Amino acid sequence: MSNLLEIRDLHKSYGDVEVLKGVDCTMSQGDVISIIGSSGSGKTTMLRCINMLEEFQGGTISIDGQEIGYELVGGQRRRKSEKEIARQRALTGMAFQQFNLFPHMTAARNIMLGLMKVKKLNKEEARSIAEKWLDRVGLRSRADHFPGQLSGGQQQRVAIARAIAMNPKLMLFDEVTSALDPELVNEVLQVIKTLAQDGMSMLLVTHEMRFAYEVSNRVIFMNQGRIGEEGNPKEMFHKPKSERLAEFLKTSSFG
Amino acid sequence: MGYTLNFAAVWRSFDLLLEGLALSLALAVGAILIGAVIGLVIAFCLISRNGFIKRPAGVYVTIIRNTPILVLVLFTYFALPQLGFRLGKIESFVFTLALYSGAYLAEVFRAGLLSIPGGLREAGLAIGLTEMQIRTSIIAPLMFRNVLPSLSSTIISLFKDTSLAAAIAVPELTFEARKINVETFRVIETWIVASCLYVFTCSILAALMRQVERRLSLPR
Ligand SMILES: Nc1ncnc2c1ncn2[C@@H]1O[C@H](COP(=O)(O)OP(=O)(O)OP(=O)(O)O)[C@@H](O)[C@H]1O
Ligand SMILES: [Mg+2]
Repeated sequence: MSNLLEIRDLHKSYGDVEVLKGVDCTMSQGDVISIIGSSGSGKTTMLRCINMLEEFQGGTISIDGQEIGYELVGGQRRRKSEKEIARQRALTGMAFQQFNLFPHMTAARNIMLGLMKVKKLNKEEARSIAEKWLDRVGLRSRADHFPGQLSGGQQQRVAIARAIAMNPKLMLFDEVTSALDPELVNEVLQVIKTLAQDGMSMLLVTHEMRFAYEVSNRVIFMNQGRIGEEGNPKEMFHKPKSERLAEFLKTSSFG
Repeated sequence: MGYTLNFAAVWRSFDLLLEGLALSLALAVGAILIGAVIGLVIAFCLISRNGFIKRPAGVYVTIIRNTPILVLVLFTYFALPQLGFRLGKIESFVFTLALYSGAYLAEVFRAGLLSIPGGLREAGLAIGLTEMQIRTSIIAPLMFRNVLPSLSSTIISLFKDTSLAAAIAVPELTFEARKINVETFRVIETWIVASCLYVFTCSILAALMRQVERRLSLPR
């Protein structure tokens, strides 16, 4: 069986500054992997490369055996067509720190847009899928509310529903709770936990160490553009091998 | 001063003024609709990072905005036919005003586009939308809401610019007023009535735009 996600020697620079310096990572169906690490270590950049929101200069990323973003044509590495990239982006779903709901559309409409424009479903089908997922995140009654009428936690749950409704093979979460007031964090984490229990494969960048500990079966510690250490949460949090990780855990909220 | 106001002669020709006003409005609507499409495309070009797209759009806006509209009107109507591009009076004027609106609306739209957070585009990309789908379903509708207040004054200003069509004898409101003026010699009355018609129409336009704004405002 091929891996769900396979990252080989990923290199990414912004101008002259290399921020990913050779990242390797494989992931199987159903894995829940937390990515931790200090600010600027490249966590967000890694997620953004996986769904081609960023270009990368070296290495390969494959999802379900399909190489993402680039192809070799006569030995030359070339960016795939925008159409192909758009299609590949639908293999992954992404939830952002800032929710990024479309403010002129209701919660249901936010979810329906991709279903209608990308999956070409008709309005009724899209609406019923939207309602199903709103129900799953506990917001069925808010289907016709606009983002401006929802709390931050509710907006983030709609954003997660919007991504999941596209039926991605892999969900990417980038610090989805760090823009939220503390009392709203839990409702969002709870949604993610339920998805994990249902077998959704996910890669989540988080500063919530206790949550990473509870929800993931593997943890990756990013350090200065490389994977510093990885393993199961128990080992990682209780018996860190590297000085760096021990240091990082000491300054983080886990303890 | 022995001038006594007498509106009777003007009232007798009032329906001519109304016909002129109707044509003024039609010119404005036609030109602004075409101009809005031009403006939208140019605005997206102006915010493009690609110089080959951005620069020509900038040149177009600069040329149009730095040429008096009367000169553009006369150029299109009198000079273009010499180059083998012949249009009727009305078509010629609508064409000119559309190009002119395009440049002004492009600037209005560009400002609106810049205020839209980039995260929305990324969210669109992340669910698999193409750049074009993102522009039409997300960016343009939000931009349009953003710019409604300044759009309103631009539209009113473009409507008033239709009076320049009188220069090439398009029978719109100003042209009709001048004709009545010449035929009746009621100079003051004619221009008072014509002005009132412009003011009245502009107020209606402003009220309509406020309605649109209210209708489209997002609940929070
Ligand atoms: N658009 C950009 N242009 C230039 N440099 C960037 C850009 N985005 C990120 N960087 C740099 O890349 C490095 C990695 O950033 P990244 O956002 O991936 O870190 P992170 O691990 O997600 O950090 P945080 O925990 O603060 O979110 C940082 O040094 C950052 O300054
Ligand atoms: Mg980050």
